[in-house]
Amino acid sequence: MEIRSKNYSVIYDQTSHQITFDGSLRLNGSGEYALISELLNKVAQQEPQQIVLDLTQLNFLNSSGISILSRFVINVRKRQNIQMIVIGAKKNPWQSKSLKNLQRLMPSLQLELE
Amino acid sequence: MNTSNFAFEQIMGDFRQNLPPSTEYLILSFSPGSIPLQQRWRNNCLSADFLANYLSTFFLGENDQQPDLAKQDEVKSAVSYIANELLENGMKYCIKTASFPISIQIHLTPNAIILQLTNSITIKQTKRFQKQINKLLHGNPSEMYLAQLEHNALEENQKFSNLGLLTMLHDYDARIGWHFEPLVDHCSAISVTTMVQLLI
Repeated sequence: MEIRSKNYSVIYDQTSHQITFDGSLRLNGSGEYALISELLNKVAQQEPQQIVLDLTQLNFLNSSGISILSRFVINVRKRQNIQMIVIGAKKNPWQSKSLKNLQRLMPSLQLELE
Repeated sequence: MNTSNFAFEQIMGDFRQNLPPSTEYLILSFSPGSIPLQQRWRNNCLSADFLANYLSTFFLGENDQQPDLAKQDEVKSAVSYIANELLENGMKYCIKTASFPISIQIHLTPNAIILQLTNSITIKQTKRFQKQINKLLHGNPSEMYLAQLEHNALEENQKFSNLGLLTMLHDYDARIGWHFEPLVDHCSAISVTTMVQLLI
């Protein structure tokens, strides 16, 4: 599964259960995020043992995007048996500030900032 | 419309009036009705990035000769995020048919980066907004942030995240203030300026 646009891409690798975000995401409200939400829901529904969310190449995310990622984490949390790993990068300063909130939503979430 | 107990002119939160005139500043102004919102939305990130890039160049290293790259990246990221959120709010809530422009300005003072967004807003929206601001000013940002994330996860059809101001307060330790003023020639509209201060 993948979504590609001029400014961003979201790619899901079925084998490694890794979702990779790339580029800059500043879409207008939940309406414009619907395709990405749908992809994330499908991944959660598959209930793999582990999901890796790779955000290292995601330079920018607006508050609507933060809300979509948080909803995904809560969706995964509800399923109880999925290990969630989020990988960010210190080169994207917003990630040091905002990604820790995902861990507050799901304390077992493993957050790595490269 | 019942406007009793409603303050047309009001300052809420941490709002600095009369900024020192000698600071570095930049102002961008938009006419809300000139092109559709969806096209305008694309410009928000361009404007936010431009403001962020412009401002970051003022952050130099110890000898004031070479850029302090780490500080510049941090400033760029924070200003870009906040300016984009402010512009998104301005575009969403302004009165589209009003001739009153949306403007964003950024000031650099010795101890703070100050962003200001001014837009028009209906009286009905103003009342709702002021209630929301009161909650923000009297609540715990950390708890409110988490509660909003949980709330958004339950509300599949909610159009907007209502997270912009909370992220500024919680993730960026910003100080925020608002100035509401009546608009001359518009009996049903208000001008609101949102000021966000990032201490440096």
